[in-house]
Amino acid sequence: MSNAPVDKGRRRFLTVATSVVGGAGVVGAAVPFIVSWNPSAKARIAGAPVEVKIDKIEPGQLIRAEWRGSPVWIIRRTQAMLDSLPLIENRLRDPESNAPQQPDYAKNEYRSIKPELFVAVGLCTHLGCSPQFIPRNFGVAEGVDSGFFCPCHGSRFDIAGRVFSGVPAPANLVVPPHYYINDDTIMVGAEEGAA
Amino acid sequence: MSRILDWIDQRIPLSNTLKLHVTQYPAPKNFNFWYLMGSLALIVLVNQIVTGIWLTMSYNPSAEGAFASVEYIMRDVEYGWLLRYMHSTGASFFFIVVYLHMFRGLMYGSYQKPRELLWIFGMLIFLVLMAEAFMGYMLPWGQMSYWGAQVIISLFGTIPFGIGEALTTWIRGDYVISGATLNRFFALHVIALPLVIVILVFLHLIALHEVGSNNPDGIDLKKPKGSVKEEDKSPYEFHERYTKKYDIVDSIPFHPYYTVKDLVGLAVFLIFFAWVIFFEPTMGGHFLEPPNFEAADPMRTPEHIAPVWYFTPFYAILAAVPNPIGGVILMFGSIVLLFLMPWIDRSTVRSIRYRSGLHKANLAMLVVSFIVLGFVGALPPTELFTRIGQIFTFLYFAFFVFLFFYSKNEKTKPLPERVTK
Repeated sequence: MSNAPVDKGRRRFLTVATSVVGGAGVVGAAVPFIVSWNPSAKARIAGAPVEVKIDKIEPGQLIRAEWRGSPVWIIRRTQAMLDSLPLIENRLRDPESNAPQQPDYAKNEYRSIKPELFVAVGLCTHLGCSPQFIPRNFGVAEGVDSGFFCPCHGSRFDIAGRVFSGVPAPANLVVPPHYYINDDTIMVGAEEGAA
Repeated sequence: MSRILDWIDQRIPLSNTLKLHVTQYPAPKNFNFWYLMGSLALIVLVNQIVTGIWLTMSYNPSAEGAFASVEYIMRDVEYGWLLRYMHSTGASFFFIVVYLHMFRGLMYGSYQKPRELLWIFGMLIFLVLMAEAFMGYMLPWGQMSYWGAQVIISLFGTIPFGIGEALTTWIRGDYVISGATLNRFFALHVIALPLVIVILVFLHLIALHEVGSNNPDGIDLKKPKGSVKEEDKSPYEFHERYTKKYDIVDSIPFHPYYTVKDLVGLAVFLIFFAWVIFFEPTMGGHFLEPPNFEAADPMRTPEHIAPVWYFTPFYAILAAVPNPIGGVILMFGSIVLLFLMPWIDRSTVRSIRYRSGLHKANLAMLVVSFIVLGFVGALPPTELFTRIGQIFTFLYFAFFVFLFFYSKNEKTKPLPERVTK
């Protein structure tokens, strides 16, 4: 023990410096724990595009495909379904599909590349339940017989996946990137020309 | 025997701790039915831990194996069905006793000064318990497990500015609910959250024993030292830690008086508990929901999904708002307001016995709203039920607003000096 007087400023500096270095160490050590919750490499590559055969879909029928673990719907819409689309535009939240819920090539009145074939991710934009396809007796307006109804919180979408106003879902159903390989097959999850 | 005890006492304070917290701990002598719930909650916690450990021995936490392993527990493991039903029924009973315990606190003003931290620790336990129950419900990997998790995790996705989507992906560990999500929820359910709950329960009890129990009259039974005549003091021996600072009236030692009372309560509780386990393990689809007896199918949502009964009031608040982020804010707000009760209620009279008719009516409104919301949250989202949900969501929040304003100058009855019958 020396009898030199305590240098308080020096002692405070050392305390603060040690605390800061120690704190930085704790933050650094926390990184691997937090980052390890991100999707693993295995989960990341599982998001590959999928090919779907569409030649067997009857008019008015919906088929489901799996892409990135989510249901993707492909519906061959009837002429009556297409004709019903303009009838209820005043009751939709985003009838022009202005929100970026679809690729540019599907930003049209049918929200699809070919008018009759509608491709959408079958998850409600509210909290991710899978809505039910109601092919007839949708019962929202004269001349509109079909649409989608989410059983979880009662959101409704028309047959182009456009959300009604006054329901919990805030946005239209998502149209995934897709393209036609030929008349019988589509590729879901990739843009035309992309690898 | 006493030599062994001496040997231990010289090394850890065993006898002293027992006296301080059990045999010489002063508890108000006028506890009623409502005061059973705390000890029952503790016993249910032990039940959950013990049956949970045993279930872990046969459960397989993977997307491929989880559902089948629960069936295996139910059919092939000796007494597996009993262990599982004790655990699943225990979860529902945990919430029953915790809700009654919380209502007791609201009724007798047990959150008021100086018990604010005690109340907040309790609310934290409630919050972690909800997370624990939610993650536990996912483990059987049935349809309800899957889609319930999908909805609840999507709640975080409503956070704007792109944070929400990144956050949900981070929580799930995948772009959808998957085996990765199941595995981490299993880890949290069996290790992380139980540890947190046990630590919080410990802190809750430490806080309780520091300030002492409230009682149905809501009056202080620890009087200033020297203010009470000798013949008015409790005739029992209490630990000097309490008698050094206070004169204690109308109190009895926790053991043997309340341990015995709690045992009677436990016996009655176990009758109900055993009845559910043996005769109504699904409780008509409310404790275990029918869609959960079907394996998870990511391609198809069940016709009608609703959370388990103990979440339905909060779920109804969520569904009442036709805007996702608004619904989430209101739902969490409904719990945050409970945390703030010590500061929302500005009355200095604790017990409902001596508070105004207005306060009684207001508290009744809260209870009715909570129960109605509980029903609405379990029903399909028709227009009528959504409307009812909105009305009672409004009334639920109105309770706190009214309380804040009238409690400042509330017309209360005079408090008794000593506890009444």
